[in-house]
Amino acid sequence: MSPAPILSAFRQALDEAWAGGAGALLPVGFFAGAAVLVPLGVGTDPETLRAIGPGILWVSLALSSLVTLERIFQADAEDGSLDLWLQTSAPAASIAAAKTFAHWLTAGLPLALLSPLLLLMFQAQIDGALLENMLFYAIGGLAFYFWGGVGAALAATVRRGGLLISLIVLPLYVPTAIFGALAMGGGPSSVAAPLFLAASTLFALAVAPFAMGAALRLAAD
Amino acid sequence: MSVGSLLSAADIGMIRGERLLFREVSLSLAPGEAIVLRGPNGAGKTTLLRILAGLTQAETGTIDRNAPHHWVAHRDGLKPHETPREHLTLWARAWGQSQTDIEPLLDEMGLSRPSDVPAKHLSAGQRRRTALARLRLENRPVWLLDEPLTALDADGKTLLLDMIAAHRAEGGGMIAAIHGDAEFEIDMQVDI
Amino acid sequence: MFSWFANPHRFLMLSSWLAPLFYAAAALLIAWGLWQGLWMVPKDDYQGGDIMRVMFVHVPAAWLAMASYLGMAVMSFVWFIWRHEVADIAAKAIAPLGATWTALCLVTGAIWGKPTWGTWWQWDDARMMSVLFMFFLFLGYMALRAAMDTRQKAARAGAILAMVGALNVPLIKFSVDLFTSLHQDASVITPEGPKMAAVYLWPLLISSLGHSLLFAALVMTLMRAEIWTRRAAQIRARLMTGD
Repeated sequence: MSPAPILSAFRQALDEAWAGGAGALLPVGFFAGAAVLVPLGVGTDPETLRAIGPGILWVSLALSSLVTLERIFQADAEDGSLDLWLQTSAPAASIAAAKTFAHWLTAGLPLALLSPLLLLMFQAQIDGALLENMLFYAIGGLAFYFWGGVGAALAATVRRGGLLISLIVLPLYVPTAIFGALAMGGGPSSVAAPLFLAASTLFALAVAPFAMGAALRLAAD
Repeated sequence: MSVGSLLSAADIGMIRGERLLFREVSLSLAPGEAIVLRGPNGAGKTTLLRILAGLTQAETGTIDRNAPHHWVAHRDGLKPHETPREHLTLWARAWGQSQTDIEPLLDEMGLSRPSDVPAKHLSAGQRRRTALARLRLENRPVWLLDEPLTALDADGKTLLLDMIAAHRAEGGGMIAAIHGDAEFEIDMQVDI
Repeated sequence: MFSWFANPHRFLMLSSWLAPLFYAAAALLIAWGLWQGLWMVPKDDYQGGDIMRVMFVHVPAAWLAMASYLGMAVMSFVWFIWRHEVADIAAKAIAPLGATWTALCLVTGAIWGKPTWGTWWQWDDARMMSVLFMFFLFLGYMALRAAMDTRQKAARAGAILAMVGALNVPLIKFSVDLFTSLHQDASVITPEGPKMAAVYLWPLLISSLGHSLLFAALVMTLMRAEIWTRRAAQIRARLMTGD
């Protein structure tokens, strides 16, 4: 097995993200938009906003991953490139992982990088925790994108698959959301929670590609 | 299985939902041969071709693939933003053929003028020519083609027929699903 | 051993007398369990007084919520590896029933929770959360199967999702457990043996067995219906194509 097909799949997925015209701007816009709606709904009390800010960003991150994932494999199935990728020398799981990782780089990581700015809008103090949280959003986001990729691959041939993807992956997002929120909560579990967060992301990286590979073979069938 | 066959299939049967598409289809492709799959719309020509390519799992039967194959189907495999040059460069790399020179290939396929136009602005014929150009990125003995002549103009058809003739002369084989006239010499016809 | 049951014809033969037997046994056991639970055993004021009697439905439902998902995942695995059609039919039949018992568990839990804790829903409670996510896994499984255009694709997609879900269940459970639990510790099965008062234990075990038999009988009925539906569809397809 040569790595050439995997690298090519990765490169094509990166190109595709930027070729859409907006690149990372679209998911970033959605993420920020979803987050800034919250103060309009719950009021502007600084204490409340400071308490819920990190959690709101977890929810926004989960939602943006769902919204942007819908097309990642569906487009491949429609334009025929999925057929070509499945006939390379690389296993379907590795192609799927490369594409999903590229997708996280262009649509998930920018959201984590933007998080300090949004947390400041939610009345967070300027301290090291902002950078720490950024890291947690990056790690947790990776798990969101990989589990989300399983849903996207399963729903690749389903018209209007977005709702289906959300329903399928919602339970799979639970551990990441819980560990992520606990890691930032400052409670007694906040020492161990980052490790659990990292472990659950590693679990996603280990399991999800095989499920995506099997699902993509099904989508091409 | 016959000796020296590039690809052979025995007793292939396929069910979709509860519908039997075909059964007991057997074929064997020898070097230099061309097999044509024929049948009315919805009979399962494309499905059989996908089974031969390994994309679809057959319900019954066995397939022996003794040589690598190329795949060109009616979905051309181009991304909307991809230009013919980018498309061919990408697949040359993915197949470990990055030393292949794309320029003469673009020229021979009549794609040098639109070589930097994104696929969404190309005509169906130009997209099909780009997909067919993949056949020449790497030398693979088996070509699996689904309706390869559709969307091509007269020049394009001549080009493809020349490519097929050259491929067969070099000992390559092809299996194609074709609706109209084949316009090339056929060794075996499979009706489904 | 499973291969022996995997023959649809043999399954139809076996279930034709096993299912009625299970229905009858389930009716007797559930009736006895309810009679004991609702009228005979003393109420436990520490557990909310008479409302604790909902336990005789709640606990069997909780057990079946877990067991049915496990059963569905095992059947999916068997189908995925060996492609025994009956295993897929079983997984498909378990899903709506599992979702029903999971919902029953959530509803009875809320009814028990209101007078005991003063709230219908307790976000801090790990078991309520786990069961809720189990419910979503069932819903997702059914929605995915329904969205596929052939039964072969539904089987494959469903099996992939059920297996991914099953791998995630321990992680979901563990993450949810990090929240503090309002429930008492597991009290039926403990390393030292059952510690619940025998007066509650027997009706509870009998009820659980009754619910399990009812569940199994319903699964068999749905599976029989599915097998006949597929045969009818095959005959119809054959007639339509004149083959």
